[in-house]
Amino acid sequence: MPKYMLSVFGATDPGPYGPYPSKEAMLEAFADTGAFNEMLEREGYFVYADGLQPAVTATTVDGQGETPVITDGPYLETKEHLGGFWIIEAPDLDVALRLAAEGSKACRGTVEVRPFQTSESFEALLDS
Amino acid sequence: MTGPAAMEEIARAHREEWARVVAGLARRFGDLDLAEDAAAEAFVAAVEVWPRVGVPPNPGGWLTTTATRKAIDRVRRESQRRGKHEAAHAFASQLMPENTDPESVGPIEDDRLRLVFTCCHPALAMEARVALTLRLLGGLTVAEIARAFLVQETTMAQRITRAKAKIKATRIPYRVPSRSDIGVRLAGVLTVVYLIFNEGYLAGTGDEPLRTDLSDEAIRLGRLLHTLLPEDGEVAGLLALMLLTDARRDARVSATGELVTLEEQDRRRWDRDRIAEGHALVRERLAAVAAGAPPPGRYQILAAINAVHTYAGSAQETDWSQIVTLYDRLVRLDPSPIVRLNRAVAVAELDGPQPALAEIDGLTEDLDSYHAFHAARADLLARLGRTAEARAAYDLAIGLTGNPAERAFLTRRREALASPR
Repeated sequence: MPKYMLSVFGATDPGPYGPYPSKEAMLEAFADTGAFNEMLEREGYFVYADGLQPAVTATTVDGQGETPVITDGPYLETKEHLGGFWIIEAPDLDVALRLAAEGSKACRGTVEVRPFQTSESFEALLDS
Repeated sequence: MTGPAAMEEIARAHREEWARVVAGLARRFGDLDLAEDAAAEAFVAAVEVWPRVGVPPNPGGWLTTTATRKAIDRVRRESQRRGKHEAAHAFASQLMPENTDPESVGPIEDDRLRLVFTCCHPALAMEARVALTLRLLGGLTVAEIARAFLVQETTMAQRITRAKAKIKATRIPYRVPSRSDIGVRLAGVLTVVYLIFNEGYLAGTGDEPLRTDLSDEAIRLGRLLHTLLPEDGEVAGLLALMLLTDARRDARVSATGELVTLEEQDRRRWDRDRIAEGHALVRERLAAVAAGAPPPGRYQILAAINAVHTYAGSAQETDWSQIVTLYDRLVRLDPSPIVRLNRAVAVAELDGPQPALAEIDGLTEDLDSYHAFHAARADLLARLGRTAEARAAYDLAIGLTGNPAERAFLTRRREALASPR
């Protein structure tokens, strides 16, 4: 079955409660996200999900030269960065989009949906 | 039937069968690229064969069979290129299983309807939806679509290729949405068709025939949708709206390329066939709603407004109170500033310029950068004898419009104002 990554974005250096205005709001979002994850598992969509530490903790490495170049901070300089993600299995994009909408509501964030490469798309890449 | 008659028959078959052939192949092979190419090859074959040996008794069947053969040939060639081991697997993976999931089966099983919903999927950018719809359902060539939208052919080709690649990579399904989703999704489809229509209609200055062809194409798509979903009120409403608007196409631009308002149009130049067809659809919807169909949506109300306009023998005979009533209904559905502006223009005809101007002035904040807002204001100010203000409003409108026919009209209106004392 096709796999999709559902990514959630958040501020590079968020406040004490992440993107949430208060501790209560944060706990509510965690509870809703937990319930959403359970539903994904129950219905057979769940592959993996996790949240990331804030982007200020990122280190960027370029190992293409002779000695690796190590830089403090995320690769892209933007105000918002990947904050967490789900990997799901779904039969088609309509199902993935419906789940993304539910996940977005649960975690209080905008969700980007992207398909993973498949054996066919990889073959097509080799053929090109 | 051979020779020129056969060529005519091919043109007819292209109009009537293209979408059916593409849609059938898309379901059978699960690949839009393959469907499009094989359909195009089948029509090339028709051009070679029909004038020589005659038009087959069932042109649509001949085209489908030929296109299917071309598609299978192509899949086989592809398989051989990849090596015999994978051949069987590759071929099998290209064949989509018949859709048997009862959840996903929509009200109608026509392949063309599946193709409509795939081309107009909300995950695709609006310009990609428009391009795909015109190519895969309308059968326009990439060059024709590029010319109509005033972009380079390579740009348009890339737009269509990317959209098809996204459909494939993300698995946008090839099916009619479930009952719970179909309302929203169908509204999205109608937006695409109406956008194509307006792209042609609003550009329709006469010197851009390729763009006005888009209006005809949109009407054709509207007819197709109405055939596929005859019970849907908004589908019928959109078709009626397009017919009643397009009926006035020739009358709305003067010989000198100037916009002619509804009020000043020579009504003898209106297309009576289109008006009759549009009126029949509106009457059909009125009867359906009276018999318990859901209340009319936006397109049905707009069609009804246009039906009232086209029913009147002259601008003076227009039933303005009915038009204002219809706009009231529309405002309840869609209280956007543009709808309220149009309502105010109708109010001016019913109750005079003063109350209309009061309503329009309330929209200044929202519509200050919209030329039609200043044009409507200018007209009301002129009627109230506030000439200097009217001139200033015309200046704003002229500065904001991008359409030459409209600019010519507004300039003439401004010139016609009494000179300041």
